[in-house]
Amino acid sequence: MAKTVVLQRKPLSLSERTYLPQIVTGLKTTFSNMFKEKVTLQYPEEKPSIPKNFRGVPTLVKDPNGREKCVSCQLCEFVCPPKAIRITPGSVPEDEEDREHVEKAPQEFEINMLRCIYCGYCQEVCPEEAIFLQDEYSTSGYSREEMINNKAKLYELGGTLPDQHYKWDKKKIAEEEGNAH
Amino acid sequence: MSTNGKSSMVTINLDGNDVEVPAGINLVEAAGIHGTEVPHYCYHPQLSVAGNCRMCLVEMGTPMRDRATGEAVLDENGVQKIGWIPKPIIGCGTNVSPGMHIKTKSPMVTDSREGIMEFLLVNHPLDCPICDQAGECRLQEFATDYGRGYSRYVERKNVKPKRTKLGPRVTLDDERCILCSRCIRFCQEVVDDDVLGFVDRGSFSTLTCFPGKELSNNYSLNTVDLCPVGALTSTDFRFKMRVWFLKESPSVCTESSAGSNILVSSREGEIHRITPRRNDSVNDSWMTDSGRELYKQVKSDNRLLSASVSGNSLNLSEAISSAIDLLKGKNVGIVGSCRSSVEEQYLLNKLSKNLKAKKFLRGHFGDDDGILLSADRSPNLRGNLVTGFSNKYPSDVLPELAQALEKKQIDALIVVGEELSESGVDLDDVNIPVIFLGTHQNKTSELSTVVIPTLTSFEKSGSFINRNFRLQSFKQSVPGPAGLLPDLHIIVSLINGLSEDADQSSDLASIWKQMSKSTTNPLHGIVYSKIPGDGIQLDGAKWDSLPFVEKKALHFSPLKQTQSA
Amino acid sequence: MFDLEMLLMLGLKVLFALLMIGAVMTMAGYSVLAERKVSAWMQGRVGPNRTVLPLVGSIPIVGKFMKGLGIFQPLADGLKFLFKEEMIPGHVNKFYYNLAPIVALVPALTTMTVLPFGEFFTENGESIPLMLANLEVGILFVLAVSSLGVYGIVLAGWSSNSKYPFLGGIRSSAQMISYELAMGLSLLPVFLWVSVPGTGAMGLSLVDIVNSQSQSPWLLFVQPLSALIFLIALFAETNRLPFDMPESETDLVGGFHTEYGGFKFGIFFVAEYAHIVVGSAIFTIVFLGGWHFLPWMSDPWPATWIGSLIGVGWFLAKTIFLIFFFIWIRWTLPRFRYDQVMNLGWTKLLPLALLNLIFYVLLVTWLDQPPA
Repeated sequence: MAKTVVLQRKPLSLSERTYLPQIVTGLKTTFSNMFKEKVTLQYPEEKPSIPKNFRGVPTLVKDPNGREKCVSCQLCEFVCPPKAIRITPGSVPEDEEDREHVEKAPQEFEINMLRCIYCGYCQEVCPEEAIFLQDEYSTSGYSREEMINNKAKLYELGGTLPDQHYKWDKKKIAEEEGNAH
Repeated sequence: MSTNGKSSMVTINLDGNDVEVPAGINLVEAAGIHGTEVPHYCYHPQLSVAGNCRMCLVEMGTPMRDRATGEAVLDENGVQKIGWIPKPIIGCGTNVSPGMHIKTKSPMVTDSREGIMEFLLVNHPLDCPICDQAGECRLQEFATDYGRGYSRYVERKNVKPKRTKLGPRVTLDDERCILCSRCIRFCQEVVDDDVLGFVDRGSFSTLTCFPGKELSNNYSLNTVDLCPVGALTSTDFRFKMRVWFLKESPSVCTESSAGSNILVSSREGEIHRITPRRNDSVNDSWMTDSGRELYKQVKSDNRLLSASVSGNSLNLSEAISSAIDLLKGKNVGIVGSCRSSVEEQYLLNKLSKNLKAKKFLRGHFGDDDGILLSADRSPNLRGNLVTGFSNKYPSDVLPELAQALEKKQIDALIVVGEELSESGVDLDDVNIPVIFLGTHQNKTSELSTVVIPTLTSFEKSGSFINRNFRLQSFKQSVPGPAGLLPDLHIIVSLINGLSEDADQSSDLASIWKQMSKSTTNPLHGIVYSKIPGDGIQLDGAKWDSLPFVEKKALHFSPLKQTQSA
Repeated sequence: MFDLEMLLMLGLKVLFALLMIGAVMTMAGYSVLAERKVSAWMQGRVGPNRTVLPLVGSIPIVGKFMKGLGIFQPLADGLKFLFKEEMIPGHVNKFYYNLAPIVALVPALTTMTVLPFGEFFTENGESIPLMLANLEVGILFVLAVSSLGVYGIVLAGWSSNSKYPFLGGIRSSAQMISYELAMGLSLLPVFLWVSVPGTGAMGLSLVDIVNSQSQSPWLLFVQPLSALIFLIALFAETNRLPFDMPESETDLVGGFHTEYGGFKFGIFFVAEYAHIVVGSAIFTIVFLGGWHFLPWMSDPWPATWIGSLIGVGWFLAKTIFLIFFFIWIRWTLPRFRYDQVMNLGWTKLLPLALLNLIFYVLLVTWLDQPPA
């Protein structure tokens, strides 16, 4: 059993009881603060540096050949906690030569930025590495409709990112060269 | 399945525990009864055993007997020795025998499964993100549960055609096929339309249609359900919606009196597909392709979405009260429907009793395919007999109505969903007020004074009686269009509005309380909420003499044939 | 009787009054800017630096410098207050609600009529103090009028008909009563000290108080305790932190002006700063030697119009430093609790002021003893 020790507060001296020396010390502190370097960032002109793993606005990216990577598997729609993502799946027409073997692509892809909570689950779950939360953080609009990013907007925001795998290209090569019977 | 009791049960040893299972079943089923899953691809309980996927390998042993004397061989403890077969055997192709020992979790079995999974995945494209089967794929499930978890295969995979059209409704993705042959066996055994087969050898084996043929029979989409992987896909459902978004709710198919059990898959109130639900005494695991299309009625263009009186849109309660005004004190005729639920027919009968109305009923008939599309193309003709709305077998025309109109015996008419112009009634003769209750527009609804929209069977609850006199209930799968009420509510408001002392409730439970009161009625003692998922067989002997049109089909034989046989 | 000279005199007086109001209001406006800037600097920020006038802002270097200092900010703030919608909540007493801001501002502007801010030398070397009205009892007038300002706050709190303004008004009146006493008592020794029997110097005239500090120690050094009590009471009277009981953002939302917005709120805002300006000026006059140079020194500037300009400038410099001191204190000290404010006023300052008075009464009596 620990013994309870009652601490006695030290009685204040006369000068301490007038508070005046303390006030003077305080005044000194604030006065010296006036000449320190300012920490303000002049925002619209100066932009903060965005950390590498920053979770900004979710975007759709294209592969280095400019082809859309999303195959509308709708896993992001499923995992999205606030149900911000809405996908209308569609198929790639058979006559589109460099992509027809992918078969599936979103017909429409909408992310409601009024609902999005920037959790990054969509990026984490995406099996095609097509959706990324990039460094864009400032979105605004005049209406609710404007705050829903459609497919075109998402690709515009996303741009192109390097591809680690070229999964579908490898498949195309395999299809063309084939294995020996 | 035998129900003779103990005599047909055998005792086997499953993973060290003695369990009782029915005699004659195979090991996959036997293990399944006792909660042990034996993974399998090619085996399907309602198809013949092919045994080609090798996924259901288990270890088996039988009690040892001396070959010469036939005496049991005992070990040092006096217990009969078990002779384990040195190699694993397939569970689907092996039937239980007394004293049999099975190991489903031994290292050898686990090893075998890992090996089989690895072989199956060697040439699998792993395109789950674009595969419609993802989420209900056996390959995914078993790879997770029994697979190795990583791939040792670094060579280039085989690439095969991905969009082969096998028929008007089925698309084949060859790469995903694991050659289980379920679809082939289905076409041969159930539909008797032998169109599918494998060509080429080894890893180039491919499922294909025989030359000059295509998979176009009315059961072709069952191959899609059967396919354990995403090789066979429905062209209609292809790329439309991921299965993990779909809410499945049990229902009954309204296409014909076969009454196939179905699962309605919907997302946010919109139906995306209909799949069969297993019921071994009605439809096994199958249903017709045409029945799967019925959900499209729900959102069709000619759906009635608002009530109207003399062509002016009104809200539902206003339309009902103007219908009541029209019907008051008139000689009313009621045209019932074989597509209404049992409860609606019962209430309609009650309404006609209260109004002393003349009742008319027509049937809808077509060709019988001898499987799950019966000649009677309405789900609930027998409901009219059981509830007493009609006591004779309806024909597809209504000469009595034409007569009654001509002789001016009736001066108001309630029509439930039927199209009078197709029933042998000249619409020009109908010059009395008509109250139309139905889901879709037709010529009759156009000439009706009061149109009251009702709900499809996907949007309401109730029950149907199929060709076997089997009572099957269905529950609401999706919400109806805004502002509409179930048919029951509408008929109940008519009953309560037209007779002063009536106090009918539209609650299903209380309607069933009334219906099941009479001891002579086959519905006696049935509680709606207790109707099991696979239905209740009613006694339809009372109506044996009626000229039912259905022919012998899956799980159904017409009375006359059985009597003559 | 109704001659031209009198009209001219009247016109001049009105002109001077308008000039004075302009000067004080401008100072009040820029005090707001100073408050924002100083608080920003003390907190490591830069403060308002965006507002700019089209032409002035484009002057190279200077324009940019002025923009950075936020020189144009008070203009924008004032315009904002002017053009905002005048909201009157439905539950208020409309007459007093509208009257309150005026009652708050008028005393602050009235007190400055008796403030001397410099001296003018006539050709024969006579000095005439620069002020609108040279009252013999100036300090009494200041004390009387400035304490009327609290009525604005009490009226605002009461007419708003809402709990936070009501509490703010009550606290304000209680605080005013508590500190008015200490303030008055702290000034009495000053009068005792300044008025010398027989010399004609009147202790109640602000000009005489200033002139008594010329070439002699400032009263701050003669009566440090009086100065301290007066300063503390001044903080309390102007509702500045650490005594901002009526406003108390932390517990009373906005205090007495919770229900105010737009221009009426702007008037309260300006009145508060006008109080500070006037208070600083009075403290300068009474304790810091007014427009006179340093203690014990005679004014180094010549007794001409240049000298009087420098004198006014010197006076302004002292006042501005005091305004800065007000702001400096605000961003250094935390706020007192209401009971602490009362405690300090009644049990500390009041007895101290009394003791101080008694001490100086005895001292002055002893000093003034006619040489035996």
